[in-house]
Amino acid sequence: MSAAAKSVDSKPKKRKDLARGNAIAGYLFISPFIIGFLVFLVYPLAQSLYMSFCQTDLGDGITYTWKGLEHYRYLFLSDPDYTKLLLQELQKMAIYVPSILVFSFFMAILLNQEFKGRTFVRAVYFLPVILASGVMIGLETNNSLLAGMQDVIAKDNTATSITQTLKDILLTGENGNKFFETIIDIVDQVYDIAIASGIQIIIFLSGLQTISPSMYEAATIEGCTAWESFWKITFPMISSLILVNVVYSVVDFFTRSDSALMEKVSDTMMVDFNFGRTAAMSWIYFVIIIAILGIVSLVISKRVYYYD
Amino acid sequence: MIKVKKQKETKAPKPVKQPLKKRWADFWERNRKSENYLLKKKIAGFFYRLCRGILIFGLCFLILQPLLTKISLSFMEEQDLYDSTVISIPRHFSVSSYQLAWKMLKGLKAFGISLLISLLVAIAQVISCTLVGYGFARFKFPLKNFWFACVILVIIVPPQTLFAPLYIWFSKFDIFGIIKLIKGESLTLLGSLWPYVIMCLGCAGYKSGLYIYLLRQHFRNEPKELEEAAYVDGCSRMRTFVQILLPGATPILTSCFLFSFVWQWTDVTYSRIFFTISSGWYTVTNGLKGLVENLDAYFKTIYGQSFKITSALGNQVLSTGMLMAIIPLLCIYVFAQKNFVESLSSTGIKG
Repeated sequence: MSAAAKSVDSKPKKRKDLARGNAIAGYLFISPFIIGFLVFLVYPLAQSLYMSFCQTDLGDGITYTWKGLEHYRYLFLSDPDYTKLLLQELQKMAIYVPSILVFSFFMAILLNQEFKGRTFVRAVYFLPVILASGVMIGLETNNSLLAGMQDVIAKDNTATSITQTLKDILLTGENGNKFFETIIDIVDQVYDIAIASGIQIIIFLSGLQTISPSMYEAATIEGCTAWESFWKITFPMISSLILVNVVYSVVDFFTRSDSALMEKVSDTMMVDFNFGRTAAMSWIYFVIIIAILGIVSLVISKRVYYYD
Repeated sequence: MIKVKKQKETKAPKPVKQPLKKRWADFWERNRKSENYLLKKKIAGFFYRLCRGILIFGLCFLILQPLLTKISLSFMEEQDLYDSTVISIPRHFSVSSYQLAWKMLKGLKAFGISLLISLLVAIAQVISCTLVGYGFARFKFPLKNFWFACVILVIIVPPQTLFAPLYIWFSKFDIFGIIKLIKGESLTLLGSLWPYVIMCLGCAGYKSGLYIYLLRQHFRNEPKELEEAAYVDGCSRMRTFVQILLPGATPILTSCFLFSFVWQWTDVTYSRIFFTISSGWYTVTNGLKGLVENLDAYFKTIYGQSFKITSALGNQVLSTGMLMAIIPLLCIYVFAQKNFVESLSSTGIKG
């Protein structure tokens, strides 16, 4: 090889060195995650999958006896609560997630407008993210001793709520049907929905702020009404965030610790020490979540419009 | 970071106010010319703003109402609880429920432990997640997309799935048998702070995936020229990161720290598996969970077994306890509200 060729060769080589250096540096930077991921996620997941097929006995250390699908069979066929709780959870999700989305989208549009006291209102709407996380939210209803006492109170409580009265009126009429009941249920739960949609409002708000005002201006000059410009500008521009919010809401809904199902899982482990069954329960749950997320994001991502 | 800045309205010098009568006449004149369009528009605008105001502040009240009720409830004396004429302002002012709740939560020690854990977790999480987030944002390496998909997986996996294995894992902690070789037996890390720290350093703590995602989003939006200039001047990669990029990331780091702190403070799932009852570690939230039962037991030791606390009193002390647990968070939120809200909206989250 001649000297001239060598000098031409050396340039790509240098670039290669840089690329390799970058690759090594990149791996070094993310190494905490890789280690943590393998040690605290992959390994426990694999172990819990194995456990779910086994009978575990806590003695001196843990002994596993292979049982095959017994735990799954028990949960689906003989456990009185599990399938019921699971179905309830799914049903609740089917109502919750869409209403959270609609609510937070609506609120984000309102909060994006100019009015007095906007900072205060934003602060209040975001407050539940801080305060209603973890145990705080389920504490009052989940307390076993209090729950018993509250039943007694509820029995001789004659006060009625407005929604209850409305419900009575609407449902005694001819148009009393399932649809109305669902709507009334949602209205009844507006507090829970408002509390659960703090992050989603912020995400939508951030999306709304990136839409340039000149678009609306152009649309108005062309004779577009506010309604049209909402569907033709705001909605497509924000559609990618709808996907983010759906995923976030679904995950948030399933991982909150105050659901009855989570209580059951937690109790099976900490009270009964039945690790195998706990693992089986969580795996069923996990697979369902993944399936829902997969379907939802597949459906939505086809309709999402990316501006840049 | 691309921020749509609010255009400052250049304030025109205030026009001299004309007398009301003149303006009124002027308005009607213009209204007549536009064939009542102006009047209709004004009225519609007014009603729109009224409805919006009622809706927004009504919902605000809805969110704040439980908090306000708890505050007023906590200052009542027991006899006020049964008095149906007392609704929100206590007739007999007292702080006895605070004393009871403080005693039941084991006051100072529980708060100290909660604070310690939350601080440790927040610091460990911010350090590891920043490194990882930066790595994902700036370097090209093989399998990058695969690893990022793993981050998303970390967000999705419900922590409950991992409980049982983690419990066993930490009760007999060992890394490939190394510790057993040295000490003769594996370590029991349950009932200590180590599980928290190790998990957070490994980016597997509570909501770690979310922080990685946010920080990556932030670093991606920083101009690349900053680093290139540093590299040209012969700065190493680590030094560039620490000296050039970190100072610019202070707002997002603070908010990740705050989120981590707050969410750890209210978390009960991890402390429930990591702290066994015998270990002597307990957090405020753990105390809250069993507060009413404790209260019942406490009164039984004083007044004998037949004594049963009323639901009103139990509720009151519980809500006071919740208030006490929330107060530190409220203080943080009031001072750092901007950090929580703005940082999230300015990262430019994209699907």
